[in-house]
Amino acid sequence: MHETTVSVMVDAGFLAKLSAALAPERVRVGATELALYRRDASTIEGVTSVVCFPTSTAEVAAAVRLAHDHRVPFVARGSGTGLSGGATPLDGALVIVTTKMNRVLSVDADERVAWVEPGVLNLDLSRHCASVGLHFAPDPSSQQSCSIGGNVANNSGGPHCLSEGVTSMHVVALEVVLPDGTVAMLGDCGGEAPGYDLRGAFVGSEGMFGIATRIAVRLTPNPPDVRTLLFDYDDVASGAATVSAIIAAGIVPAALEMMDANCIRAVEAYVHAGFPLDAAAVLLVEVDGLPHGVAADTERIVEIGMAHGARTARVAQSAEERALIWKGRKTAFGAIARIKPNYYLHDTVVPRHRLVEVLAQVYEIAARHELIVLNVFHAGDGNLHPLLVFDKREPGVMERVHAAGEEIVRASVAAGGVLSGEHGIGLEKRDFMPLMFAPADLDAQARLREAFDPEGLANPGKVLPSGSRCGDISHAPEGAWI
Amino acid sequence: MDLTALAAEIGVIAPVTIAGRSTRGGARRDVRCVVAPAGIGTFLPDEMTVSCGAGTPIDELQAALAERGQFVTLPEGGTVGGALAVGRAGPLRLGHGPVRDTLLQCHVVLADGAVVMAGGPTVKNVSGFDLCRLFVGAQGTLGFFGSVLLRTRPRPAERAWFSSPGDPGPVRRRLFRPAAILWDGTTTWVCLEGHPADVAEQATGAGLARVDGPPSLPAGGRLKLSPSDLWRSERSPSDPWRSDLSPSDVSPAELPRLDRAAWGPFVAEIGVGVVHTTAAVDASGSVTDPAVVALSARIKRLFDPSGRMNPGRAPLGLDADALAAGAPS
Repeated sequence: MHETTVSVMVDAGFLAKLSAALAPERVRVGATELALYRRDASTIEGVTSVVCFPTSTAEVAAAVRLAHDHRVPFVARGSGTGLSGGATPLDGALVIVTTKMNRVLSVDADERVAWVEPGVLNLDLSRHCASVGLHFAPDPSSQQSCSIGGNVANNSGGPHCLSEGVTSMHVVALEVVLPDGTVAMLGDCGGEAPGYDLRGAFVGSEGMFGIATRIAVRLTPNPPDVRTLLFDYDDVASGAATVSAIIAAGIVPAALEMMDANCIRAVEAYVHAGFPLDAAAVLLVEVDGLPHGVAADTERIVEIGMAHGARTARVAQSAEERALIWKGRKTAFGAIARIKPNYYLHDTVVPRHRLVEVLAQVYEIAARHELIVLNVFHAGDGNLHPLLVFDKREPGVMERVHAAGEEIVRASVAAGGVLSGEHGIGLEKRDFMPLMFAPADLDAQARLREAFDPEGLANPGKVLPSGSRCGDISHAPEGAWI
Repeated sequence: MDLTALAAEIGVIAPVTIAGRSTRGGARRDVRCVVAPAGIGTFLPDEMTVSCGAGTPIDELQAALAERGQFVTLPEGGTVGGALAVGRAGPLRLGHGPVRDTLLQCHVVLADGAVVMAGGPTVKNVSGFDLCRLFVGAQGTLGFFGSVLLRTRPRPAERAWFSSPGDPGPVRRRLFRPAAILWDGTTTWVCLEGHPADVAEQATGAGLARVDGPPSLPAGGRLKLSPSDLWRSERSPSDPWRSDLSPSDVSPAELPRLDRAAWGPFVAEIGVGVVHTTAAVDASGSVTDPAVVALSARIKRLFDPSGRMNPGRAPLGLDADALAAGAPS
């Protein structure tokens, strides 16, 4: 996909102005930096010709204004943990890295709102607020390294979004630098924010509406009581049936996570969480809240699990045991390296009642393409994460990986699902958008993009397939850049 | 749900408005008016989703969901489409969240007659830009809701109202995620939800007495306040439960001085930042940032170049004339 070897020359005048606006040591054009920032955590590579590291809103605004004046496309980048190529620069775009803007600016424990800079790491914010009994609810598996600015760009999820909702529900206001370099405040810390919900429009816009420079997030009180359970099954279908039955019983647990046999074995060898090696699936259920409700829900969930074919129900007896079970879940991706050196992680959502059927298709697709697949997923949300593992040194394997991936995406959408639950569209799924959206739907999305970024300079070429709107600029405009 | 008839009625030229049940101000009378289809489509309790026509009465929808122990977070009264277009939450917003988070997918008729689908059929979805959020609270100025898919939630085992003669601040700090806290200047009301034993323990711990329900909300005016304005403006900086920091650069001295005397009897939604007043005070907040006004006008122009959709209306706090200024004259 978007591999390119085009070398791009930097306009000397632009570079000089950028260095003057920031600081020379924070504007980099060395070969090492340019190579490091040519992709995110996806397999898609692009090309950048300059990388800069602003430390303030004023510096981001200055960089964007210069890019705007010189018609230089730009890409905002946080920690670079994105998996869909959203932060991959195309056509020599300027990369604006927010990692040096990493201060928690304020925490209002009364109103449960924190203002943070975009480079603050997801888990660091929750750690920062631990002393006042609050946390930031979205918890992607990459939460130790992903930034809140990146969470905003991708409207990130995580296991606990089943009960708490995705990032959009936890962002109340944003200070953003619009693609022409002006600074605007979107949303409001309280009450009913006046005007259009531009905050809501901005969250999940994958860097194509501007760059968030200060973010007000809603903080969630830490639950007084937490219970973590682990069921194991002889077949995946029983696990999925348990999930549906729990929801149907009127219980929305804090998290409902499943792993299949391949995943269990990889994880167990890696973290020794005590997952049964002979199980076809394990289901991790977490319940939190006040003690009586947690106890009643736990009891009911154990009954439901056992009635739906669980072999055993293990209730974590200590904080350590709970942490170990979660470590097994969250380090699943690290465990993969023990099987094959490379993996490709997919992210689609299907209605819960079609989980089993789509999973069967996923296994069939992988087998047909002679690939190993591990499934670890947010079962409560129907959010599948098939992991295709492979050795990229094997000739022709990448073609099979991409072909299998496309079939998985198509199967998910055909089952009434969506293209992405939490990783975003980026470059990876841009050309799949017509599977889900008709031309008129895409045109409406392109209108919103055009309103925020009339010149199409903010992260061009992502999300919307070319031709979504007449006159769409999907690549670098002509100008000083080549 | 077939929206062909609605799209045909809306057409492609001339001003047009849309009416629900006129519980939120009603449609303009001097403009041609259409009505969205009503009726519940598919309710999937296991998926926690329900689809319906935008013209469906909210009470009818809630009654159908209640049969399976679920509900949607929408304020009482009127139609689903009306509630979404206005975007104002009911008094349980503290616990249940804003109206905007209820909408998963919608079919909207735009000014050019196109029926556009936004969002997706699953609770978790980040496929493309989030047009659903844009349409909620847009007052029909960007397009009219035809049909919607909403997220449902299970009804709590118990929902009960309590009151206390004390101030709401200390009460709030003793409670875990209450569904609502209301205050009229002397009495605090609290709505608690969950397991009955937890509800009872929480109420006892916070010194609350059970009451039949919330106070009736005055309908004269509706003020928007930053949630803590009510408190901070009257608190001393040394107040022990003032933990930290106003957002960004705002110091307590700059917070608005509240003229409670002008409100008449009032009920404030604590932790939310909405005050219902008896007097017709108007301070619902307005958009003053020129960059935001310009951006809003660009959005309006791109979705409705001739300004025909619900003319004269604008989202709360935006001036209809400023919005129209973006349209070609």
